[in-house]
Amino acid sequence: MSLLAFCEWLAATNGSIALHESLYMYPLVESIHVLALCLFVGLAVILDLRLLGKVLRGVPVSQVADKLLPWTISGFIVMVITGVLLFYAIPVRTYQSVWFRAKVIFLILAGLNVFIFHSGIYKRVTGWDMDARTPWPARRAAIASLILWGAIIVAGRFIAYNWFDCDIQPQSAFVNWFAGCVVAPLQ
Amino acid sequence: MLLPFFQWLESLWLGQFIVSSNWLFPVIESVHLLALAVLGGSVLIVDMRLIGLGLRDRAVGEIARDARPWMKGALVMMIATGIPLFLSEPTKCYYSQAFWVKMWALLFALIYTFTIRTRVTRNQGIAHTEAMVRKTARLQMLVGALSIALWFTVAASGRWIGFS
Repeated sequence: MSLLAFCEWLAATNGSIALHESLYMYPLVESIHVLALCLFVGLAVILDLRLLGKVLRGVPVSQVADKLLPWTISGFIVMVITGVLLFYAIPVRTYQSVWFRAKVIFLILAGLNVFIFHSGIYKRVTGWDMDARTPWPARRAAIASLILWGAIIVAGRFIAYNWFDCDIQPQSAFVNWFAGCVVAPLQ
Repeated sequence: MLLPFFQWLESLWLGQFIVSSNWLFPVIESVHLLALAVLGGSVLIVDMRLIGLGLRDRAVGEIARDARPWMKGALVMMIATGIPLFLSEPTKCYYSQAFWVKMWALLFALIYTFTIRTRVTRNQGIAHTEAMVRKTARLQMLVGALSIALWFTVAASGRWIGFS
């Protein structure tokens, strides 16, 4: 079963249809998704800014990370649950959205960035915990994090717009390829 | 009474320019959202501390002082992007209940933030007795919770403008 076929099957399930057609549930889920951004990205930004020496310079990096991480993770869990529900409500169009696909790529990169930071420079945090300006690998991770989460927010917001939707043709060859559009060959 | 004013606003160049573009509204909206994340972080970190969560080992005053420029910067960005978003659809906003809820909540949130909340986060009077420590903690918890409630109302009703 291809992913597209899976999405088509998903779209035909009762739950997907109910959520898609609901008057209040869909907007509610979307609102939670957006508001959880404050908790998740907002606190992630605080840690990034601390790594860059732009906020809480007098607070050890490990203290900022330890105290905020449980909240950041909670926010992320809410984001994922509501995000999955939003996808579930509109599976085919979302799967074939260039913005959704870009968002998934950025999410993977953001995950990699977190992994590299925590398995690398952060393991030696005791050596630079009090530095206002942290070592370059830490600042690099902070800059990458700010750019990637920013891009994820913008791409996520743009999923709502249909400029590059598969059912609006003609689209450029790149869009059709990147979105995985099934386009009927020209006569 | 306000309707003719809002209709006049709708006729202004900036709003018309945004409406005439496919991209401008979503782009401004995205910047509005990016600023929301920063505003959310810089407000939450202080409110959480007031409630007794997050950076509990640090003084309220220290966190509030460090977060303030980011909160102000994000607020300026929110307003600078919010005004053109509004100008692109004033008549729709006029008839939107969510818009009015947001504006009133925003007014209260701003006044509250720059009066009561600022006072409480700046006042670091030394507590001499156990009772005073507890009293301060209770006051801080109340101030932090009210701040979160007000800003939550602003954000939630703001999102709801788009659904109406």
